[in-house]
Amino acid sequence: MSDGFEKAPFLLTKADLFITWAQKNSLWPFGSGLACCAIEMIATAAARYDIARFGMELFRASPRQADLFIVAGTVTNKMAPVLRRLWDQMPDPKWAMAMGNCAIGGGPFPTYSVLQGVDKIIPVDVYVAGCPPTPQGLIHGLMTLQEKIARSHPTKEILAPHARRPS
Amino acid sequence: MPEDQADRPELRELLAALAGRFAGAVLASVVDEGELSVRLSKDALASALRFLKEEAGFNALEDIAAFDNLGSAAEGGQRFTVVYRLGKFPGALRARVAVDVGEGESLASAVPLYRSADWAEREAFDMFGVRFEGHPDLRRIYMPDEFEGHPLRKDFPLAGRTGGA
Amino acid sequence: MELREYDLNMGPQHPSTHGVLRLKLAVDNEVVLGVEPVLGYLHRGMEKLWESLTYTQVVPLTDRLDYIAALSNNLGYCLAVEKLAGIEVPKRARYVRVVLAELQRLASHLAWLGFMANDIGAMSVLLYAFEAREDVLDLFEEYCGARLTIHGIRIGGAVRDLDTPLVSRIRAVLERIPKRLEDVRALLDENRIWKERTVGVGRIAAAAAIDYGLTGPGLRACGLAWDMRKDIPYSSYDDFAFDVPLGTNGDVYDRYLVRLEEICQSIRIVGQALDGLPGGEFTAKVPRVLKIAPGEVFHTIEAPKGVLGFTVRSNGTDKPERVKMKSPSFINLQALDHMCRGNLFSDVVGILGSLDIVLGEIDK
Repeated sequence: MSDGFEKAPFLLTKADLFITWAQKNSLWPFGSGLACCAIEMIATAAARYDIARFGMELFRASPRQADLFIVAGTVTNKMAPVLRRLWDQMPDPKWAMAMGNCAIGGGPFPTYSVLQGVDKIIPVDVYVAGCPPTPQGLIHGLMTLQEKIARSHPTKEILAPHARRPS
Repeated sequence: MPEDQADRPELRELLAALAGRFAGAVLASVVDEGELSVRLSKDALASALRFLKEEAGFNALEDIAAFDNLGSAAEGGQRFTVVYRLGKFPGALRARVAVDVGEGESLASAVPLYRSADWAEREAFDMFGVRFEGHPDLRRIYMPDEFEGHPLRKDFPLAGRTGGA
Repeated sequence: MELREYDLNMGPQHPSTHGVLRLKLAVDNEVVLGVEPVLGYLHRGMEKLWESLTYTQVVPLTDRLDYIAALSNNLGYCLAVEKLAGIEVPKRARYVRVVLAELQRLASHLAWLGFMANDIGAMSVLLYAFEAREDVLDLFEEYCGARLTIHGIRIGGAVRDLDTPLVSRIRAVLERIPKRLEDVRALLDENRIWKERTVGVGRIAAAAAIDYGLTGPGLRACGLAWDMRKDIPYSSYDDFAFDVPLGTNGDVYDRYLVRLEEICQSIRIVGQALDGLPGGEFTAKVPRVLKIAPGEVFHTIEAPKGVLGFTVRSNGTDKPERVKMKSPSFINLQALDHMCRGNLFSDVVGILGSLDIVLGEIDK
């Protein structure tokens, strides 16, 4: 990846900058609100913490229209195949955020019905710890994701689809 | 907490009526702190509940709780105990009806009397494997239909049989 | 082409099911013939987990049941354990618990208001209600550091006493909330669209409500004055003067009105509790390792969603033998089918919103 960066022509770098700028400032979350974390996610979208500052107020109900999969809450074994199907339905480019301790690693529930971490079924870009994370914590996670997007090279994926990340 | 809820005389009368009507089926009883608690033999369950609802006026089934007695010194001597919590409102009277049932045996369903028993009995079936005869649709409620085992039994491991995901 | 009856699947991923609830709907054109909820998508095995934790360790996990009203769950559980262990909670802690529980009822009802209005389409109300709720959450954050999963009520009392600055901030917040509520009521109460979507929708008669085991505002909207705070008082609720709002028709609109009025009554109770805060010891002395002799207790409280109950059975050790939770939302949801039949498919969302359910509590 990095040696390709040195060889990338000037125009492509500029294109990357522009595309990532557009992507990170208009992430449309697919709020998969599963449990308690969903309430803090909604509070982040409400007037006081105002996720609209980041261009993210448009929570889509359909995965086909979203690009950020926020897994907010406990993932149970019964729900896991549903989440996997939702992730598969999201078109590229897409990112995933594991919000809260349950999504990161099962949280306080080491039980027979809880999946110990959503990264067992989908690739996660950012982990936001907390039980639940405060709105400030979630926003910090979103900003971290924005920085990650800013570092990525979408032109590589467009020009060489075989170099696309594994899903 | 109802600290000053002394013994209600209505409960003592009720106990007497129950013992009279279902002689032999009332295995143990106590009236304490505003609540009547009886242990019944399981064959009398349906008619005792009907008596309590239609004649004694206990119009609310507040809860059905099942217990697995494995490994503990259970009063009834059977694998499971199922406790019905009945309430009479207005009036705030409470009755606790406990029945013991062994593994593979079943209890009469309370659904014909109290609609609220529907999902509570499904939950007891899902979590413990206790069956209820006469339930309109007895199947699992939380775990997927193809799940094997009954999670709240004492011999079911917390992390599950597949070792947890 | 002839339209036949068909089945529609709603959820488990859906913006308006208030969590991971799956509804199987049988519809004829747009009229609902039946609704069957499918549960278990958030079943986390709480009751099993509690059997391997000490009585004290269970308290934070009870937050995650009804996660919109965490303190109510804490209160319900702690009262049951205290009754079983014979722990007498001093009056000051009881009053502080009432303040916390009623503030939590405020926060819960404001969240309900926002969600239900948003589901029906009044999105501004979501923002108004959540802004008012943020004021209450700030109070919780100041009290013990947590906004949502609070576990501020502990066995024997509460995390800490209320100090004077906090009390005056509570009073300041309570003064602001009625104004916000007026704004919302001005938007909705006599709004023609709101009334067309809620009046006469999702009706349930009183007798059916009792049969289904409905509790809480849903039952009171049918005209039945059942409120555990009055019927079987706990934590000194009988020291306070408050009304129990009732509806008449048992429809979505009445459930809406009942909850709004409950917010006003909660403000009244908190004011009285703060005015009458007694002196004396704050919490009861609870041993560090709490072992409870064998016994069983069932205790109920009036949580924002309905009657919340805990059956706790002890076995002489520091861990409970069994904790069974009577979940108000679990029982209330059974009445959804009855309420939806004969209504339009687009009313299902409004009816579900008016039931005020929480999946954490339903699925445990």
